[in-house]
Amino acid sequence: MLDIESLEVSYGAVRAVRGVSLGVRKGELVTLLGANGAGKSSTLMAIAGAVRATAGRVRLDGADVTGATPENMVRRGVAAVPETRDVFPDLTVAQNLQLGAFTRRRDQAGVIHDRETHFTHFPILAERQHLPAGNLSGGEQQMLVIARALMSRPSVLLLDEPSLGLAPIVVDQIFDMIGSLKDSGLTILLVEQNAAKALAVSDRAYVMRLGRIEAEGPASEIAAATELKSLYLGAEP
Amino acid sequence: MNPVQFVLDVLSLGGAYALMALGLVIVYGILRLVNFAYGELIMVSGYTMFLVSGSGFPWLVMAGCGVVMAIAAGIATDYLAFRPVRAKSVTAVLITSFAFSTLLQNAALLFISPRPRAVPLPELFSRTVEFAGVITPVRNLITIAVAVVMLGIFSWLMRSTALGIAMRAAATNFRMARMMGIPANLIISAAFAISGLLAGTVAILWIGRIGTVVPGIGLEPLLIAFIATVIGGMRSLPGAVVGGFLLALIDTSLNYTLPQDLLKFRDAFTFSLVILILLWRPEGIVRGPASGQRT
Ligand SMILES: Nc1ncnc2c1ncn2[C@@H]1O[C@H](COP(=O)(O)OP(=O)(O)O)[C@@H](O)[C@H]1O
Ligand SMILES: [Mg+2]
Repeated sequence: MLDIESLEVSYGAVRAVRGVSLGVRKGELVTLLGANGAGKSSTLMAIAGAVRATAGRVRLDGADVTGATPENMVRRGVAAVPETRDVFPDLTVAQNLQLGAFTRRRDQAGVIHDRETHFTHFPILAERQHLPAGNLSGGEQQMLVIARALMSRPSVLLLDEPSLGLAPIVVDQIFDMIGSLKDSGLTILLVEQNAAKALAVSDRAYVMRLGRIEAEGPASEIAAATELKSLYLGAEP
Repeated sequence: MNPVQFVLDVLSLGGAYALMALGLVIVYGILRLVNFAYGELIMVSGYTMFLVSGSGFPWLVMAGCGVVMAIAAGIATDYLAFRPVRAKSVTAVLITSFAFSTLLQNAALLFISPRPRAVPLPELFSRTVEFAGVITPVRNLITIAVAVVMLGIFSWLMRSTALGIAMRAAATNFRMARMMGIPANLIISAAFAISGLLAGTVAILWIGRIGTVVPGIGLEPLLIAFIATVIGGMRSLPGAVVGGFLLALIDTSLNYTLPQDLLKFRDAFTFSLVILILLWRPEGIVRGPASGQRT
């Protein structure tokens, strides 16, 4: 479904991504692991069109979408949740969700239906729908940005470190949600520092180091390969 | 000094200032760039009204032509001055917007005239009425009414329409807004069009005070809009309105209190007060949205 070939991303002299090739099949949940600074976010943002790839190809369902604008990628069914967890702080929770459905303005009935579905999954968002999103806690904001991305009814979801900086109980909720999104048939490319939890829900995984893919394989194999742990766990024990 | 007269003066001047400031800040909020060609939108509107003045159309139609041309000129600013260099550098955009401003002014000098040209105004604009015990020009009351209506429409647009909410989102975080599928070009062109609508409206009210248009007519409104947004808060739409009315309050107060021989230095007094306000609140009176990275 998503095919990345020899992707390169540079920021001035910094070569953040150096020839990354990876693929995500339809309905798959694939995790991209790697220490801080490995180039995971740059890879994801380049796929989303938010960062310009300096070389390489991005293909979606066989169509070349390299260099497409972020708005174009959303229209093509690729929604991204960056690690910066950017809610629009002055807009209400409901308006944030409404914006997520910007590409579906002609389908108001469907938009309202989807919003209600998210509200049943996240009652806290329903409760706070008229509050500015900036007032939400970190975990609530994370739920909001994921729900907001889903409002475009994407076929591929790019998630960058959704559990970053959240309390353990909220992390579990987020992973439950990712699991059920996968079960609903959504194709997901996930970037995570929480390798154990991510591998537990994933089909396959890639490990990145210094802008390159160092290893790839079924999630269970990657999880079992102790020699890889130092690569993506960084300094952690 | 009659308090009713004073309030009417502040409100009518402030209404015009607030609309000028909004027109500048709507573009600034999204692009974080001052459109130096903003004043020329007012000029374009004025000359359009001059050019259609012999047409025999009803005045409202001629005024409508002026507004439409200001909107068109606003969108043209985007296409000709901003879009080609937007991705390159901030400096490039500032220079092209300056160049576009100069180009429009010189076109007016060359093809029309450096001398003032009369703009058609309805007879109503020169009449006065008695209102709450004071005699006041009708055009001041019209200015207040138009400002109230325009601010109302603007506020409804930004709060309740998909486009307005998308524009506010783009003003806080342009990249994330694009990742919602909101097209960058649509938002920017819409901002320029709204800027043109406000400039065109201001042009009618502003030119209504003097009755003529000259090539340099846009400079003062640009300066006023700039000062109003700086004191109100460059990144806030309500701030632009607050700044506009505050600047009008300062100007009107000085008009009422300064002795005749100091009145020609009014702007020096105004700027001193503006500096004091900025020392007190360097970011302007109304803070902008919480997150605010540039694109
Ligand atoms: N906007 C940027 N400007 C300059 N350098 C950047 C930028 N974003 C990331 N980098 C650099 O690119 C490299 C990869 O970063 P990133 O993609 O964020 O990695 P990861 O998500 O794996 O932590 C790092 O060295 C980082 O410092
Ligand atoms: Mg990252």
